[in-house]
Amino acid sequence: MSSTLRQLTPVAAFFLLVLATPFLLRHDYYYLSILTMAGIFAIIVLGLNLLLGFAGQISLGHGALFGIAAYTTAVLTGTYGLPLAVGAVSGVGLTALVAMLIGMPVLKLKGYYLAMATLGFGLIVYIFFNEAIGLTGGPSGFVGIPVLEVFGFVFDSDLSYFYLVWSMVAVALLTSLNLIHSKYGRALMALHISETAAQSMGINIARHKLFVFVLSSVYAGIAGVLYAHYLNFVAPSSFGFHFSVQLITMVVLGGMASLWGGIAGAVFLTVMPEFLRFYENLEVIIYGLILILCMMFLPKGLAGGVCKLLSNVRRRFGREP
Amino acid sequence: MSPDNVALHCRNLSVRFGGVMALCDVDFRVVQGTITALIGPNGAGKTTLLNVVSGLVECCSGTVGLLGQDMTRVPAWARAQAGVVRTFQNLEVFTTMSVLENVMTGAHRDVRYGVLGALFKTPRYFLEERRCRALAEEKLEFVGLFAERSLPAWELPYGRQRLLELARALAAQPQILLLDEPAAGLNTRETQALAGLIRRIRDELNITVAIVEHDMELIMRISDAVTVLHFGQVIASGAPFEIQKNPEVIAAYLGEDAR
Ligand SMILES: Nc1ncnc2c1ncn2[C@@H]1O[C@H](COP(=O)(O)OP(=O)(O)OP(=O)(O)O)[C@@H](O)[C@H]1O
Ligand SMILES: [Mg+2]
Repeated sequence: MSSTLRQLTPVAAFFLLVLATPFLLRHDYYYLSILTMAGIFAIIVLGLNLLLGFAGQISLGHGALFGIAAYTTAVLTGTYGLPLAVGAVSGVGLTALVAMLIGMPVLKLKGYYLAMATLGFGLIVYIFFNEAIGLTGGPSGFVGIPVLEVFGFVFDSDLSYFYLVWSMVAVALLTSLNLIHSKYGRALMALHISETAAQSMGINIARHKLFVFVLSSVYAGIAGVLYAHYLNFVAPSSFGFHFSVQLITMVVLGGMASLWGGIAGAVFLTVMPEFLRFYENLEVIIYGLILILCMMFLPKGLAGGVCKLLSNVRRRFGREP
Repeated sequence: MSPDNVALHCRNLSVRFGGVMALCDVDFRVVQGTITALIGPNGAGKTTLLNVVSGLVECCSGTVGLLGQDMTRVPAWARAQAGVVRTFQNLEVFTTMSVLENVMTGAHRDVRYGVLGALFKTPRYFLEERRCRALAEEKLEFVGLFAERSLPAWELPYGRQRLLELARALAAQPQILLLDEPAAGLNTRETQALAGLIRRIRDELNITVAIVEHDMELIMRISDAVTVLHFGQVIASGAPFEIQKNPEVIAAYLGEDAR
């Protein structure tokens, strides 16, 4: 009973915070739209955390997977005028299919080699976005993606899109929390620590790696669809190598294998540059410095830092008579 | 001996690592319901033989028959699912997971719900997780680790981690259990307890055991049959008391001491 309560408390707090945020920001649409973007990235990061933090498999191709979903729905709904549902489902579906086809050969590799292979995949997709001008609009981007509409409700305001995106973050968070507390979660952690022991316990490691890679691509795909219909415009530069690295940074900064941390990492890294804008030229340097300091003093990321803080506070209060 | 009561039958196994012939034309059989020991000096190829049996190392030639089937080309995970499970000489505990989670991972094959069941926590999920947890707790109780179940595995002392590996392997409900030096690093009292456990695994759980061990006293006390490896070759096999008297075996061990 108390353990369920302990699990539900942070989730409830999360819901309340999401509900309250627009009011706390006094409906400042600028910040609301930044947080909407942060939510979209958080969805990718949740999936990437399952892959990287839990299963220990790196991917520098998630920016590309995100882009495949965004462009698919853009082309289907924008160019061909197909219904939004078709665009969304095909976007996510195609992303998952590509992830499966890429994952099958590539996930046999480990460590740096896996990083290089997924990087190569990302570059190819990036070049495709740039060169297939007839389809994607090329480097100048794809304009005219329709506004999202679900059962007649049009998500054309920043507020409604904020709530839509963050509900999806909640779904992604809950499903991934559920997953890690299941036999699949245990299998992923097991193969991360010792592939030898995992397979000797009857875990088909190749299949589990492929499964988590495809699952994380589904998260990236959902985020891609949300992204395309939010901005109504996509360009290749949003899906390049730089973005893939940024996603990894979000996972690591938030705390590997901490799903909550991943969300914090996504929000932090999306919001921080907006504040640093005031410093103009120094922006990039400060950004880099903050990253270095975080990694030096919070080796387990934001989540690890918060946990340590909480346990310190608890100990101090516990000791007092 | 009729072949159907042979749980494990390796024929003419050879394994080569570069210039080292780790196994050379090895025949090894384990009769159903026995504790069969595999002994030999350091570097004799004992671990390599267990690796070939469990599918972690491919043999250059020969066949591995398990539970009446030829499994020479079957991948490691499928052999484990078929009922051949092992522990490791150099511990392979899932260190960051809790003791209980380690053992629940052992029961992986037996937990029956799909991905959707896991993602959305269906009633089936709760049912199966409860069953899996009960099974894991039963195995922890069996090896005497129940009290430590919620500790992270890396916090356990070395000897307890060995027991954890044993519990994890038992949770997979194997038909054949392969133990690689389970008594290494244990003190005399712990070794005594381990001997009792291994016997109970055979007698109460009806699991066939193949054990690699350096502790001769333990081997002589619990095993029904012994096979001796020396430089990758079988130099003797038979009942423990025969092995003890075998001049070739004595020479192999003395030779090692003399080195
Ligand atoms: N992966 C490997 N690569 C190269 N050589 C190996 C490998 N594994 C084992 N060997 C060699 O094969 C031989 C047999 O090793 P093995 O580990 O099977 O011996 P063992 O009987 O288990 O010894 P110990 O009692 O020390 O555990 C040794 O000479 C060892 O160096
Ligand atoms: Mg060995």
